[in-house]
Order: sequence, then C-alpha cells, then structure tokens
Amino acid sequence: MEKHRLVRPQTVKLLWCAFLVILALTVAADLAVTHVPHFGVDGSFAFHAWFGFLACAILIVAVKGLGAILGRPENYYGTRDD
Amino acid sequence: MIEHLHPGVILILGGLIAGALRGVPRALVVLLAPLAATGIVWGAPEGVIVRVEFLGYALTPYAVDKLSRLFALVFAIAAFGGALFALNQRSRLELPAALVYAGSAMGVTLAGDLLTVFVFWELMAIGSTLVIWSAGTSESGAASFRYLMIHLLGGVLLMAGIAGHVADTGSPAFGRIALDSTAHWLMLGGFLINAAAPPLSAWVPDAYPEASWSGTVFLSAFTTKTAVYVLLRGFPGAELLIFLGMVMVFYGIVYALLENDMRRILAYSIVSQVGFMVSGVGIGSETALNGVAAQALAHIIYKALLLMSAGSVLHMTGRRKCTELGGLFRSMPFTAACGMVGALSISAFPLTSGFVSKSMITQAAADGHLFVVWLLLGAASAGTFVYAGIKFPWLVFFRSDSGLRPKDPPFNMRLAMAFFAALCIGLGIFYAPLYRLLPFASAYAPYTASHVLAHLQLLLFAGLAFFMLQPVLRPARTITLDLDWLYRRFGPMVARACARGLSRALLALGAAAQDLRVQLLRWTLRWHGPEGPLARTITTGSMALWISVLLAAYLVVYYV
Repeated sequence: MEKHRLVRPQTVKLLWCAFLVILALTVAADLAVTHVPHFGVDGSFAFHAWFGFLACAILIVAVKGLGAILGRPENYYGTRDD
Repeated sequence: MIEHLHPGVILILGGLIAGALRGVPRALVVLLAPLAATGIVWGAPEGVIVRVEFLGYALTPYAVDKLSRLFALVFAIAAFGGALFALNQRSRLELPAALVYAGSAMGVTLAGDLLTVFVFWELMAIGSTLVIWSAGTSESGAASFRYLMIHLLGGVLLMAGIAGHVADTGSPAFGRIALDSTAHWLMLGGFLINAAAPPLSAWVPDAYPEASWSGTVFLSAFTTKTAVYVLLRGFPGAELLIFLGMVMVFYGIVYALLENDMRRILAYSIVSQVGFMVSGVGIGSETALNGVAAQALAHIIYKALLLMSAGSVLHMTGRRKCTELGGLFRSMPFTAACGMVGALSISAFPLTSGFVSKSMITQAAADGHLFVVWLLLGAASAGTFVYAGIKFPWLVFFRSDSGLRPKDPPFNMRLAMAFFAALCIGLGIFYAPLYRLLPFASAYAPYTASHVLAHLQLLLFAGLAFFMLQPVLRPARTITLDLDWLYRRFGPMVARACARGLSRALLALGAAAQDLRVQLLRWTLRWHGPEGPLARTITTGSMALWISVLLAAYLVVYYV
C-alpha cells in the first residue's frame, strides 16, 4: 500500500526540522521579549523552555518507574466484553 | 411568568417526556429543551427569582448571580451539544437520563439554599448512574453500581453536614462557609467526593469510560464541575484545597501517561483538570476564582470535544485501546482535526479557550507569591500537553498504522464536534465575552508577548521531551493499580476470608455440638439404659434385707 504522504520518511524528517527551527525561534525570541519575573528563577534565560523540558523528562521517567510497580495485566479485574 | 420557569426543571421534564417518545419528536425534544434552558438562563435577571416556605424555612430554589449564570449557561450548552452528538444512540434510556442529569446540575447551580442543593445533588447522582448503566454491558452495570455507592456516601456526608449547619445557624441559605465545625467539614467532604478529590478519585476513571460512546460526553460535563461550583461558592480560599488540587493534578497526569485505554486517559485527565480548579479555589484571590470559573467553562467544552472524538472512534471501530488504534487520520480526518483542537485547548495552547482561562490560575499563584504552587502548575501544564495534547491524538490518529479504515461518524456527530471545536477556538480568540461572564471584573490580559512566549516555550519543549522519550512511554496492555483496588480487590478478599472463617467456625461448632449430643446419649444410656443402675428392677428380697438393716441400725441407735 502506498504510504500516506504525511508518514513518508522524508516528510517526517522535514517535520522534525521544522519543529527544531520553531524551538530555536522561541528561545531566540526570549532576547527580544522582556519578562517580569515574580520569583527570580523565572527571569533566567529561556526559563520556560528548559523548565518545560526538564519537568517532562523527570515526569516521564518517574511515571515509567511507577508503572513498573503498579502496572497489572489489563484483565486484572476480570475479562472485558470488548 | 416565563421568568419563573426554572431552566433545570425544563431539562428534567424534557428528559422525562423524551423517554416516552421515539424518532423525530424525541430528537426535537432533546434538542429544544437545552436550547430553551440556554435562552432562559441567558435572559434571567439577577437576584432571587423563586422563593418558597418549607417546614418553616425560607427556601430559594431559583436564584441567579454571575457565578451561577455562568455555570448554568455552560451546562445547558453542554446538554445541547451532547444531545446533538447522541441522537443516533440506540439506548432509549441514556438521553432522557442525561437530560435529567443535566437539569439537576443546573438545579444545583441555580439553588440559593442548601436544601435545594441537596435535592438536585441526589437527583444528579441518579441521572448519572442511569447514564452509565444504560450502556448495557456487564462492566457498565458493575461500574455504575460502584459509582452509585461512592455518590450515595457523598450524599450522606453532605446531608449530615447540611443538617448540622441548619441546626447551628437556623438558616439553610448557601453562602460562604468557614471550616469551623464538624458539620462544615462534612459538607466539604461531600463536595470533595463529587470533585474526585483524593482519596476517592478512582471513581472517575472506573465509571466514566464504561458508559456508551455518547454517555461519557455528558458525564464529563456535570458532576465534577458542579462540585467546583459549590466549592467556589462555599469554600473560596480554603488553603487545604490548594494541596488537594495539586495531588489531583499530578495523579491525573501520572495515571493518564500510563494508561492504554483512550477514554480512561481522558477520564484521568478530568481529575487532573479539576485539580487545577480546586487549587484555584484554594488560592482564593479574585483572579484565581475568575480563572477557576473560566477554566470550568472552557474545560466542559474542550473535554466534551475530546470525548466526542474518542466516542466517534469507539462508535466507528468498536475499539478503545491505544494499542489497537493508530493511523486513523487517513480515514477519519474530520474527527482527527476536532480531536486535535480539543487536545490543543486542554493544553492551553495560545488561541484556544484553555489558554485564556488556565493561565489566569497560574497568574494568581504568581501574584500570591506561591512559588511551589506556581512551579508545580507550570510542570503540570507541560505534563498536560504531553498526555492529552500529544499522547491521545498521537496514539489514536497518527503513530503506526493499525490498518483500520473507519469513516468519519454521521452528520449530527460531526456537527456537534464542529460546534464545540468552533467554541474552543472562538473563545480563545474573542475572550472578552467570556471574561464579562466571570464573577469578578477582570483586567487580566492573556495575550501579552511575555505570556504567549513563555507558554509556547513550556509546551513545545515538553513536546520535545515526549518525542525524545517516546520509546520509554510505548503503550502497553496494562492497567495501573489505584485506590479503587481497596474496594474492588481488597474488600471482596477480606469479605471472602471472613466468610471462609465463619463457615469454618460454624463447622467446628456443629462438630462440637454433635460430640456433646453423643456424650449426653452415652451418659443417659449408662445410668438410665436397660443395664443402667437407675433402671434396674429392685428385688423383694433385697428390699426386706435393707429394711432389716435399717431396723437393726434403729435398735442400735435406740440402745446407745
């Protein structure tokens, strides 16, 4: 079957490039926009960028660990109709 | 006369009438009743509209102010959108029950006194239970029963609290409540159970996804948001709520990230989003309370939209697990687009309703110098984007091709989705009418360069983290243990162990009784049996002998 144009490898590569360019632009825009920091740390350069990345990375790793402890087979409470 | 018509009662009556109808008349009733309710709420004057005397108490079953109008309005709109989406639903019970449910939710928001709140509160529990139960599967039956048990518990707490409050103060009026007596704590407990606050949060992901493809749309709108409304009215600024809300926010994110069932992902997300609102109520400043009200309105619309897109997928494919879905954008482009709009709105992307509402709560935390809360809200916004903004649409509509080629759903379902998607974007761009509806005058400006840039950075870099760590988060065919384990596994286990112990004790008791009976029979046989000493026939000779012994003894005694 012909692959949909959105999932062809070259399109995916292009989308990644576009995404990275946009990320770089949002960080670069921090030079032009003045933030009014409330706490100090939020005044650091591109605070929301590194904070968002770090918060999610930590969250995902923590969640994975928790999943290993609390995960159960999906029919744990009995079998389902569907 | 028309201004005395209670819009909630119109919805309830509409539901009851629709139950007896079929076909076009039924469709007309279920669509017109919410429209009529919307019109009436919109035009209702502020103040007490209906006042009655009951058992010596002055009750106000219908009163309107800015806060109640906002909630009642969005409830009526949600009922309309949900009814439009559910027109093809085969169950004859679900839509009527959903209208009764929506009408009672409106009843709670338009109640000026606690007794009216309680009556509609319980009616809401019945309506919503029927919506879940009407899916007709064995899982929905069991889940609706567990759901009802939790909500009856909440109702009992609330009733005890209200009774105590009325006994203490002599007035059933519903205003701001201080946490200074047992009765008030009980009321807060009753409210918090409906808000899915810990420790009883698991009823949302347990029950909501078991409703039908259309039923979950209704469920997501009313119960938890009614709880947010009563918390806003009764307990603004109660600091405990900041903590509880934060726990809810992260509970929802963590479990949604681990979940495989697309509708359970969205159910966990309800708890997480309501957590934002509960925290906002706890912060308690005017900006925070405005943010909570705005987010409640926005959330009802974008969550209904997300559940409509998930419901369309379920309706057209019969599947709900991410591991069995994927690549559906090819054949369901409309549903995928609407799902994306909902996903961007819940992530508070600029130009959506989520951005103009949720950022107010974050701003309130910053204004109140609550550093930890502010930091956690930021992390939670990033987390929300990961599980709801990316994970849900990515796994269902994109990612690997599942080979499924379902069509987009029927026209009315597409229309309902288009309506809510338009509201998500419309409110995000033209936010002034929304801000005018808020309880306090607002000078908040969401679209400053700093706000927009900060939020874009937060979301986009969270997205980068997701795509980089995606292999770690590959969906697995698992569920994650939750506190409902206590009443779904542990409780029955304890009950079974007790039953086993009891039957063993009864057996031992029976054996002991049998033993005692045998001993008793043996003893009787020994003394009273045919050979027993007490059953012997005494001979005449021995009698004469014993009498002569007695006489001899008598003689001896006489002479001595």
